Amino acid sequence: MTTYLALIYNKDMDWHQSAPVEMNEEYSEFGRAAAAVIRGGNALYPTSTATTVRVTGGKGGDVLTTDGPYAETKEALTGYYLLECADLEEAVKTAAQIPAAWNGGAIEIRPVVQFA
Amino acid sequence: MTDAGDAVARLVREERARVLATLIRVTGSVDLAEDATQDAVVRALETWPRDGVPDNPRAWLLVAAKRQAIDHIRREGRRAGKEAAAMDLVDPADEPPEVVRDDLLRLVFTCCHPFLSLDAQVALALRTLAGLSTAEVARGLMVPEATMAKRLTRAKQKIAKAGIPYRVPAAEELPDRLAGVATTVYLIFNEGYADISRSGLAAEAVRLGRVLAELMPDEPTVLGLLALMLLQESRRAARVIDGAPVLLADQDRSLWDARAIKEGVELVGVALRRSPDRPDRYAVQAAIAACHALSLSYAETNWDAVVSWYDVLLTVHDTPVVRLNRAVAVAERDGAAAGLALVDAIPDLEAYPWWHASRAELLNRLGDKDSARAAYERALASGLNEPTAEHLRRRLEDLG
Repeated sequence: MTTYLALIYNKDMDWHQSAPVEMNEEYSEFGRAAAAVIRGGNALYPTSTATTVRVTGGKGGDVLTTDGPYAETKEALTGYYLLECADLEEAVKTAAQIPAAWNGGAIEIRPVVQFA
Repeated sequence: MTDAGDAVARLVREERARVLATLIRVTGSVDLAEDATQDAVVRALETWPRDGVPDNPRAWLLVAAKRQAIDHIRREGRRAGKEAAAMDLVDPADEPPEVVRDDLLRLVFTCCHPFLSLDAQVALALRTLAGLSTAEVARGLMVPEATMAKRLTRAKQKIAKAGIPYRVPAAEELPDRLAGVATTVYLIFNEGYADISRSGLAAEAVRLGRVLAELMPDEPTVLGLLALMLLQESRRAARVIDGAPVLLADQDRSLWDARAIKEGVELVGVALRRSPDRPDRYAVQAAIAACHALSLSYAETNWDAVVSWYDVLLTVHDTPVVRLNRAVAVAERDGAAAGLALVDAIPDLEAYPWWHASRAELLNRLGDKDSARAAYERALASGLNEPTAEHLRRRLEDLG
């Protein structure tokens, strides 16, 4: 089994405030349908709440923060799931059921490295 | 190399992919399996010409490769789990033929997996299934060797780390998957067909097509694809004279490979019979190629049959290029004006040199030399390989 992180990219939105009821329902439905492989996951507050941290001048150096996400793109990281699947085919099949996949967004799937 | 040496080399090459496929299954690593198989192949090439070919060459290669793999795992001192796995390899129990068959099929479908980019699929298929070296693949696809090495590493890493499964797809997944496999093989073929200096790639694609046809003898797509490649390859000796392309109309048909034509035509029949409801597109394209292959001369071509096959092709594969080819066939049957009207009605081919070249040809036949000249110039400006461009320049000069 491999653990996959399914990153949900979609138009930036505030789930907490503004997610339409039907979309929340769709996600609940996904949660039930994929319960067997979901190991975790959450929605994220919009990128307006993001802070990006860098340290300059090596370890212990100056902490530099910028307001906003690491990369400014039209589609933002809006949430994620951790999925444990037999292989990439199962992970893709599962990700295809995440509502953002057909609501104008896309899901990026990456295997998670298992440090022994 | 001696004839005997040649025969050994050919045999080793043919068995190589099967041995590799099995070894990937038992070791779970493409890289390790490749190294071990390569070592076994080298050993076979050294000893078989001297000691004679063993009774069961595949089993010999498999045993030798498995031993190499075990040695390798021990040398590397891998984790306990891997060590334990290596123990299972010590006794290479005889693999039943269907397991070997499935191993190879798994390998084909893994190399041509839709989760890999098409570039990576083609590279991996050439490297792993056709057994070309990274340098050969790079040369064949005209990419710097370092780029190709990186592309292959990335593809193998994705197979291993992201978990692209090494399994034969379920029956209901086959049609989709097979389309990708066929596209990859046909792309390899076209790389070799379009550029005569790389005709080795076309031969590799035909070989892959044969492997697929052996593995899936009932699949119309596979049979149609092999038929199409064989029929196109049958014209190889006549297609290019002194480095210059020769049009179908002008080819010396006595140079065509009669054996390839016979095999291709038989395969077309089987492929079409196996898909009566919705004909496979490769089979239909092969049927068109067969019309040409069976005609004694260009003048005697049965254009009615060619046009009807194009009509069938449009029902399963409607693209502007297919429409263009159909229009050219209509021009042969009904005259240049009828053909030109159809060519002009095809949208979205402004950037396609053959659209302009076909227009030029038909305009010339209709006596409109000025428009023909302009069309040839448009074709030449759209980027063509040099022998083809040279051919068009000569047609342009002939206009006067």
